[in-house]
Amino acid sequence: MNNYTTIIGLETHVELKTASKMFCGCPSNHFGKPPNTQTCPVCLGLPGALPVPNKKAIEWSLMIGLAFNCKVSNFSKFDRKHYFYPDLPKGYQISQYDEPLCYEGYLDTSEGRVGITRVHIEEDTGKLQHTTISGSDMTLVDFNRSGVPLVEIVTEPDIRSAAQAKEFAQRLRSILRYLNVSDCDMEKGSMRLEANISLLQEFPISKFQFPINKNKSQLTKLPNYKVEVKNINSFRFMEKAILFEVERQKKLLESGYTPKQETRGWNESKNITVAQRSKETAADYRYFPEPDIPPMVFDDSYIKGVSSKIPELPQKIESLFIKKYNLRQQYAALLVSEKSLALYASDSFKEAASLGVDPDIVAGYIINQKINIDKVKPQDLVKDIKSKSESKVGDTKVIETWVDEAVKNLPQAVSDYQKGKLNAISALVGKVMQLSKGSADAKVVLNLLEKKLSSSKN
Amino acid sequence: MKTDLSLRKIIGLLQKGEVSALDLVKAYLEQIEAYNKKLNVYLSVNTKVLALAKTIHGKPDARYPLLGIPIAIKDIFLTKNLRTTAASLVLDDYIPAYSATVVTKLEEAGAIVLGKTNLDAWCHGSSTETSDYGPTKNPWNINHLPGGSSGGSAVAVATDLAPAAMGTETAGSVRGPAAWCGIVGLKPTYGRVSRYGVIAMGSSLDSPGPLTKTVEDAAIILNVIAGKDPNDATTSPTNFDDYTNELEKGVKDLKIGIARDYLLPNMDSKVKDLIISAAKLFEKLGAKVDLVKTLDPRFAISVYTVVQRSEVSSNLSRYDGIRYGRDRKYFGQEAKRRIMLGTFTLSTGYHDKYYKKAQKVRTLFIDDFNKVFKKYDLLIGPTMPGPAPKIGVTEGQAMFGEMADVLTEPTSISGLPGISVPCGFVDGLPIGLNIFGPQFSEGIILRTAYAYEQSTSWHKQKPVDFKKVIIL
Repeated sequence: MNNYTTIIGLETHVELKTASKMFCGCPSNHFGKPPNTQTCPVCLGLPGALPVPNKKAIEWSLMIGLAFNCKVSNFSKFDRKHYFYPDLPKGYQISQYDEPLCYEGYLDTSEGRVGITRVHIEEDTGKLQHTTISGSDMTLVDFNRSGVPLVEIVTEPDIRSAAQAKEFAQRLRSILRYLNVSDCDMEKGSMRLEANISLLQEFPISKFQFPINKNKSQLTKLPNYKVEVKNINSFRFMEKAILFEVERQKKLLESGYTPKQETRGWNESKNITVAQRSKETAADYRYFPEPDIPPMVFDDSYIKGVSSKIPELPQKIESLFIKKYNLRQQYAALLVSEKSLALYASDSFKEAASLGVDPDIVAGYIINQKINIDKVKPQDLVKDIKSKSESKVGDTKVIETWVDEAVKNLPQAVSDYQKGKLNAISALVGKVMQLSKGSADAKVVLNLLEKKLSSSKN
Repeated sequence: MKTDLSLRKIIGLLQKGEVSALDLVKAYLEQIEAYNKKLNVYLSVNTKVLALAKTIHGKPDARYPLLGIPIAIKDIFLTKNLRTTAASLVLDDYIPAYSATVVTKLEEAGAIVLGKTNLDAWCHGSSTETSDYGPTKNPWNINHLPGGSSGGSAVAVATDLAPAAMGTETAGSVRGPAAWCGIVGLKPTYGRVSRYGVIAMGSSLDSPGPLTKTVEDAAIILNVIAGKDPNDATTSPTNFDDYTNELEKGVKDLKIGIARDYLLPNMDSKVKDLIISAAKLFEKLGAKVDLVKTLDPRFAISVYTVVQRSEVSSNLSRYDGIRYGRDRKYFGQEAKRRIMLGTFTLSTGYHDKYYKKAQKVRTLFIDDFNKVFKKYDLLIGPTMPGPAPKIGVTEGQAMFGEMADVLTEPTSISGLPGISVPCGFVDGLPIGLNIFGPQFSEGIILRTAYAYEQSTSWHKQKPVDFKKVIIL
């Protein structure tokens, strides 16, 4: 059996939640609206209609690029990308070809840096509805989505595992939500993932042909094929689809075949990928500069202005939580997943620091007790934790008996934790709290539990 | 009432109350009834035109400068609820859901859309012969072509089937038919007049412009239709004064160049003589006139052809047979040829060789004009290489239009404005003088054309032969 390196590149499309569409004044929020009620000559592609670009959408796209450490050139333009499909009323999509708004950025994951090739803006297409009307099969077109601003974020083939792909996509979504430019709702289609997957055979050192650095984009040669997987509408499905593809491709390679260059779709009921169309020859989109829109020129002060509108991003806040408040990484990562939660946590930690309460305990409370951050004020939360800890039973021996009982009662949680599902510990903490009728000092409980579980593992 | 009056005169009569909008509309409808069949000018006449005229009671003023004035519109401008075909059977029964900005502006100024005029299908041509509804006839000799693509609009004005008309020019489509029909045609700077609602041909070239009986009338219409349009990102915010203000200023302060390379080697010397006489007249009127060297206009033919075909192939892809009722087999020969050539010039492997190269040469033309217009206010030359040829000459000549328009293509690919004014006759057919200048020089172009027109009488000659010819 040969060894293979998994090579993954991701293409992510996100719909921007600007008030109006990319090139006309129609509302861009199309989800659940009656078909063809949010259209005009421009997004229907009627004769004579002309696109007028949405400045906000361009600004937000630049913001996205800057948030992913991209370069922004002072000049950019739109291009026409030609292909025929009934949901594309003009016969071409207004997109960007050789001068994207942003390029050469990156996003760090725990398994290494992932290069961002480009970030560009384009228009979404209409939607086809296959249905039966009075007994005959019909395809209907809804143009409500036609012309909605769509940002495409393309990575380098730097991702090496399904888990890293998932982490990348999650971090990406988190950043986009911090920027408040997209709902990133995969079920509603406002965030769409496509993974390009291939395997590279690793040769023994003696036959060394190309150096492979597993974490960086330093492959001197990529596999001579790639498989694009579409129709992925959750992070979990993406992970499953990649794992499935890796196995499928491995089998083919092992039996001496090169996997076909094609587009496959994830079938969530069968848990497999299914061939959709062959991509052996590249489509000729006949790109040329969109003559209806003058080129865009951004001066440095404008780019600086856009840059200054970028809020603090999750990765920065995460490291701040760890450094400043001595939080465990797990808590910090969970707390920054949503901007509102991170803000709440940050306020709570400030309060905790001033009242002499350990922020890590506060973090544990927010996560494990599922505090409703819309109802409980950070000040009240910290005050509550402080008064509880003062009336807490801190006696290790007393608490140990509760811990022993909890461990005995919840063997599933224990084994989950020991298998690496660290969140499982919250069930045990909860049990101890229940046994102690809330009187046990949570920090002591946690320490004892952690000690107990790691020792019993060996 | 008489239908051969200029816009200016009609506005005067309306203001004095001597005629009403209804009188006007009735008079033009009568004229249309008498000659439209013979000349094939209108593809649709607005059936609501009488009812509309009856609703008009005021008089033209600053707010409504065209109140009650009927105007012919090339059938490439969308007119809400009024059939718009682009002279192609693909859109034979297309009723637009909205109006072009130009049409809206004219209507807001009080004008009434009289009807929609014939053109080369999709504007693909310089003769109106590619119209799926048959060619329009040249009123000076109905065996000859009227020019195109705005041929219907030119003939409407020349034969008094409308006091003025709107056309569009991609290269020569306003000035060409104006020259061959003996009237005035103005092609504004690209971006001066909105393209919104104009069925696109060459999107980086298309410029709507008026066809009129006099230079002053062209200025009156330009006042109404020019300006930034929030629906067209390529329109310019550049301000402009009332274009009629400086018409009388004369040419004493101007340096005018005779574009030497526009007097082509194989051109009828009678055409060259007319241009030289025009130059002499400008000298007499006080302008400084020189012979000026420019890039050879013939280089523009291939640049224009590649750019325009590329854009055409893209712009026509929306007529995919799914919408608009008619499928693609209704495209005529010329449209099919252009779609194929444009698809080819944009294809991988050929894009650099054709489209990109054409864009580079286009830049050379722009640079050359920039250089010339640093020294000269305007250039003059013939609008067309010769008078209108006979109907049928375009048969089997796929490049007829591009060759015929050679003298307007350089300005078109450079986005520059120009006007054609009548400057004489060759073999009984009218010849046009092309006066062109740098971007947004419409004011200077108009006053120069006005000075020429006021010192000559070519524009006063009217075609009469078409009235005598009986078509069975």
